[in-house]
Amino acid sequence: MTSPILELRGLNKSFGPVHVLHDVDLAVRPGEVMALVGDNGAGKSTLVKCIAGIHPVDSGEIRWAGRPVRVTGPRDAAVLGIEVVYQDLALADNLDIVQNMFLGRERGKAWAMDEADMERAARETLATLSVRTVKSVRTLVSALSGGQRQTVAIAKAVLWESKLMLLDEPTAALGVAQTRQVLDLVRRLAEQGIAVVLISHNISDVFEVSDRIAMLYLGRLVADLPTRQLTHSQVVELITAGRSGELGLARPDTVTI
Amino acid sequence: MADFAPATPSKRPHAERDSAVADFGIDTTAQSTGEALRDYLARVRGGELGSLPALLGLVVLGVIFSVASGSFLTLGNVANLLAQGAGVTIIAMGLVFVLLLGEIDLSAGTASGVTAAILALHLVSNGNLLGGMGMPVFVLFCAMLVFAVAAAAQLRLWAATGPPVLALVLALAGVGPNPWAEMLLAVCVGTSIGLLTGFLVSRIGIPSFVVTLALFLAWQGVTLQLIGEGGTLGLRNEILFAVANGNLSVLGSWVLFVVAAGGYAVVVLARHFRQLRLGLVTLPTPLVVVKVTATVLLAAVGTYLLTRNRSRSSLIEIMGVPYVVPIVLVLLVVGTYVLDRTSYGRHVYAVGGNAEAARRAGIDLPKIRASVFVICSSVAAIGAIVYSSKVGSVDPSAGASTVLYAVGAAVIGGTSLFGGKGRISNAVIGGAVLAMVNNGLGLLHQPAAVVFVITGGVLLLAASVDALSRRRTHLGGYVR
Repeated sequence: MTSPILELRGLNKSFGPVHVLHDVDLAVRPGEVMALVGDNGAGKSTLVKCIAGIHPVDSGEIRWAGRPVRVTGPRDAAVLGIEVVYQDLALADNLDIVQNMFLGRERGKAWAMDEADMERAARETLATLSVRTVKSVRTLVSALSGGQRQTVAIAKAVLWESKLMLLDEPTAALGVAQTRQVLDLVRRLAEQGIAVVLISHNISDVFEVSDRIAMLYLGRLVADLPTRQLTHSQVVELITAGRSGELGLARPDTVTI
Repeated sequence: MADFAPATPSKRPHAERDSAVADFGIDTTAQSTGEALRDYLARVRGGELGSLPALLGLVVLGVIFSVASGSFLTLGNVANLLAQGAGVTIIAMGLVFVLLLGEIDLSAGTASGVTAAILALHLVSNGNLLGGMGMPVFVLFCAMLVFAVAAAAQLRLWAATGPPVLALVLALAGVGPNPWAEMLLAVCVGTSIGLLTGFLVSRIGIPSFVVTLALFLAWQGVTLQLIGEGGTLGLRNEILFAVANGNLSVLGSWVLFVVAAGGYAVVVLARHFRQLRLGLVTLPTPLVVVKVTATVLLAAVGTYLLTRNRSRSSLIEIMGVPYVVPIVLVLLVVGTYVLDRTSYGRHVYAVGGNAEAARRAGIDLPKIRASVFVICSSVAAIGAIVYSSKVGSVDPSAGASTVLYAVGAAVIGGTSLFGGKGRISNAVIGGAVLAMVNNGLGLLHQPAAVVFVITGGVLLLAASVDALSRRRTHLGGYVR
């Protein structure tokens, strides 16, 4: 097994009196899709935001490629190669695909951008992801469907050669065909050697696409197992009750926030 | 920036990757003229109207006024119309930047009035601003310039620190009355005013509507103080008078034509063929050629007509392209370049389209937000020079009503009040519509009451088009 690109050790995070994350240990490996599941309020989004540097952690260690790192802002995360694709899609509707993919990191000089270079790179990236549903890379994002937007947001992260991609509910707002598109894309990202953390509510999506499943219950990591060793009902039990047979917390009923 | 390398391309056979690029490429770049036109129609139907309504309005108004008034389509009137509309148009060009962020600058007009008053005061008081203003006002004026420098530094708008410093030097050194120094002073004061507005909006966080409404009133008071109640300051200077009333020589007019139209053709065609060669998305060649040819022909006809004698008296000859034309053209070219080709312009669009996305992309929001007010006020100062020159004097109400026309011009031309959509050329087209309405109704001897109501109606109409088209834009289309 390859060594983890990202390792969390004993991560704790509180918002005032609310202890959101309790001693979370997690390891994400390159080329692996790790699904992060949990009920509402289990701490999934907080965990992602801690990794992305949006929330500072209270205690615990974040190790990147084996070395401890301090991630104090989104910039730090981006420098390491961590890219978050948010649920609410950080794309500007009035710009086209190329302009969005390079937003904030335009190529060429500040007073003379290299449009040709950007357009070519954007097209190549979309092609490596086998995206063929977009008619033109110069299409305005306002004209794209939800799935296409999600694809552009993911392609943007790929373009920046991220090593770890955090996808926050990428299929939540999508129809059947579009969900298919995005799930295929997630697999292709892993095939290209990117570590993917996928947050999802949809258990069947998770089973279809993930290699490992990490389950959160009231801010605690109750299990982190290969997908093929788990069943649907076990996962559902673990995220709703914190325990399923031998798996999970010893005394879930004593757990408090 | 490192060269682009698709993540682990080695995993994918090269042939397959290339074919993927080709698959993608076939759909994107090759587009026939028919397809391009159909796309355009689809876009228009989808609500991406741009300046189309304003262009149609120009034609319709032109026809109506030509039929109704015999003197509308005379050469003298057309040249006059250009000079009349230039001031408002220039201020509107600056406002486009502010509107692109979905903000508003109601103080642009009265701020321009302040710059005009300082320009005139400098001229009238022989370069002695201290004497012209009186000690307390002069001290306050200098304090504002110092504050502007500090605000620019605080906002990290380094390029904007220069003008207020320059204005301080000009004010304190007591440079003699020189029209060029005065115009420079006016623009520098405009920049300083913009820094104050930008600081209040983006650092203090007051909504721009409130900040600029307050400043609208305040600057009106400042202009009144500078000029004195009931007075006007005359611009008795040949160069300052010529800005809006002078013309290029016939030779100069044709040189302008060659430089402007020729330059346009060369740039557009060179870019088009470069894109074709590199296999990038571009319009079909016939369409580009038609566009360039039409523009060049139009410019040639315009230049020819404006180089003919348009004097109504046989005693003097008036001919040549008015100076305001190259002034507006230069601002148009520079503004369009900044918005389309620089990363700054890209960021302005991004902040206007989705501020949160821009923030996550690492764009400095407060800086961009402040910068548009700086640009707006600086450009408004240029507008002030032009409209003051047209009238030949500055009065205490200078610029008070201008801003509403300027906002109107930008919106009529197709700039969205909701942000994210608009171009500098919108301001020029919208400015032309408003100038035509004013001029035409004047020639038809309509009372001011009618002119006000109709101008307001045109603005409402444009704002409705903007709001309605916004509802439909999700059907969207393409850039270019």
